[in-house]
Order: sequence, then structure tokens, then C-alpha cells
Amino acid sequence: MAHQDQAPHGGHGAPAADAAHTAAHGAHAHPTWKQYKWVALILTLITVVEVWVYYIPSFVRSKLFVPSLLIMSAVKFAIVVMFYMHLKYDARLFRALFTGPLIIAIITILSLLFLFGHLAVRVGS
Amino acid sequence: MSASPALDHIQAGPHGHHYTTTGLDSRKIAIWAFIGSECMLFASLISTYLIYKGRSVVGPFPHEACSPPACATPLNPILNIPVTSASTFVLLMSSLAMVLALAAVENRNLPKHTLGDRILGSSKLWLWATCLLGAMFLGFQAYEFTSFVHEGLTIRTNLFGSTFFTLTGFHGAHVTAGVIWLGTLLAIDYKRGLQPADAINVDIAALYWHFVDVVWIGIFTLVYLIQ
Repeated sequence: MAHQDQAPHGGHGAPAADAAHTAAHGAHAHPTWKQYKWVALILTLITVVEVWVYYIPSFVRSKLFVPSLLIMSAVKFAIVVMFYMHLKYDARLFRALFTGPLIIAIITILSLLFLFGHLAVRVGS
Repeated sequence: MSASPALDHIQAGPHGHHYTTTGLDSRKIAIWAFIGSECMLFASLISTYLIYKGRSVVGPFPHEACSPPACATPLNPILNIPVTSASTFVLLMSSLAMVLALAAVENRNLPKHTLGDRILGSSKLWLWATCLLGAMFLGFQAYEFTSFVHEGLTIRTNLFGSTFFTLTGFHGAHVTAGVIWLGTLLAIDYKRGLQPADAINVDIAALYWHFVDVVWIGIFTLVYLIQ
């Protein structure tokens, strides 16, 4: 395939048009088709491992189960955001617009869990 | 429109882009701000689910078997992990199809020499694939909801039912909106063909679609896998 190894985005021909297009999208470069394939494969593999460990009773009972699932989920989340949503290649403002609220959201979840959920510290208990 | 053609070009930009003082397209800034706000919406729904997790008095329960008196009849854990794993895989593949649809639109004008080039360069094919995979995910969810109701779990049964249906229902509504959005892009593609100038519109739809995907990545782990 002739253009498989080229960046799949941004092929307008004229350099000036490319520059304008790049500026408009706030992008610098995008992943290639091969990278997309690898990303899909890695995401699938991580999902398989997540489901696999779910069916290992001794691992489910261990203290590693929840942290390992959270780490795998976070890795999948980061891969999709960086490569499929192109945040790795996009303008810093987009990163700020996404990571700012995401950090607030994570802090909110943790705070609520500490206040009312399973992480709550019971006074007097 | 101003008197100066040059100023018009700066304001509208090539391909009709809407520039801002940041030099970035205003529509893309808007979708990222929207996605940021959506993060907080789903954070509230996920934290509500987590707070009430394990506090249901009556069954059915997500990961534990239920026996009388908590349930009228003995019940197995209600979550169907194999089905949900399949639907997770379907949604992940829809994200791959979506990036390929965007790449096909952006590379519309590139010469296509081989069959592989033509397949990779077909925006209709990849948009169809994304739509169908999204619809398949919704089918899995409809099957799951129906089977839960048959097993006695509704939104009013217990705390698990209330928080589970609210969280996954909101996500399903977002997927539905995404499928409709992609359907409109597909209709435009059939009507006049999506050109590289339309890539920003596909890009915005793609960002929304991938966001729906990353939310499901979190839900799959927090709701389905962690016991």
C-alpha cells in the first residue's frame, strides 16, 4: 500500500495549505496507520489481560487485584487520549482544556470516596 | 465581512476555519471544553456508583450470589462479564474505525494506487464501520438491560440498580448521540462527499466518539471488573 507508512492525516499537497490546515487544527503531526494498528492491538491485549485476571480467584483475593486493574485502565485511557484523540500531538491549550477538568474530576471522585465511600475514615471506629 | 479580503481570510481562515486569537479553531476549542465538562459529569455519576457500591440491602447483586431473604429466589451474580468484554472490544474497534475515517477524509485528494489504498481511503467504509460498531455496542447494552430486568433488577430495585442504570444509561445515551452524529456525516459523505476541508467536522465528531470510548474504559473497570 503506497501511503500506509505516511502520516494518515494532513495530506493536502501544497505546503502552504498544509501549514494553514495544521495551524487550524492546532496539530503538529499525527500517528501513522501502523501506529494506529499497534494502538488497537495494545488496547485489545490490555483488555484481554484485564478480563483474564478477573477469572483468577487467587489474584482477585489478593491486594494487587484492584491496583493492577486501575493501572491497566489508566494506561488504556491514556493511550486512547494521546493517540486516537491526538492530544500528544495537539496544541497545549487542548491539553489544558482536557487535563484540567480531568484532574478536578479525579479529585472529586477521591474526595467523595473519602467522605462517604469505602475509603471513608469513620470517627470513633 | 470586512473591507479587506486579507482580514476576511484571517477571520474565516482557509477551508472556512474559525480562527481565534489563540490561532486555533474555535470549534475545536469548544469540543475540548465540552469534553472537559463531560469528564466532570461522568465523575459525578461514577462517584455516586462507587459510594453506594456494596450497600444494597436486597438483591440482585453485581458480583455476589443472592439467596433468600435478600432475594425471593436464589440468584447468581448479575453482571455478565463475557458479554460486556465483547461490547468493550466492539467499542475499542469503533475508535480504530473512527481514526481511519478521519484519515480517509483528510487524505481524500491523495492518489490511491492499490486496493489497500482504496480501502484505507474510503471514508464511507470507515464511517459505516464506526456507526455499525456503535450500534452493536448499543445492542449489547439493550440485551444486558433486558436480561437484568428479567432477573429482577430495575432502576428501582436497589441502590446498585439505581446507580448502575443511571451511569450506564447516560453512557448509552452518549453513544446513541454519537451514532446519530456519525450518521449525519455519512449522509453528507453520500450527498456531496466529505472533502479535506470538512476534516475539522469529522475531527470534532471523532473527539466526541473517542471520549465516549474512554469513559467506557473507566466504567468497564470500575463497575464490571472490580469486585
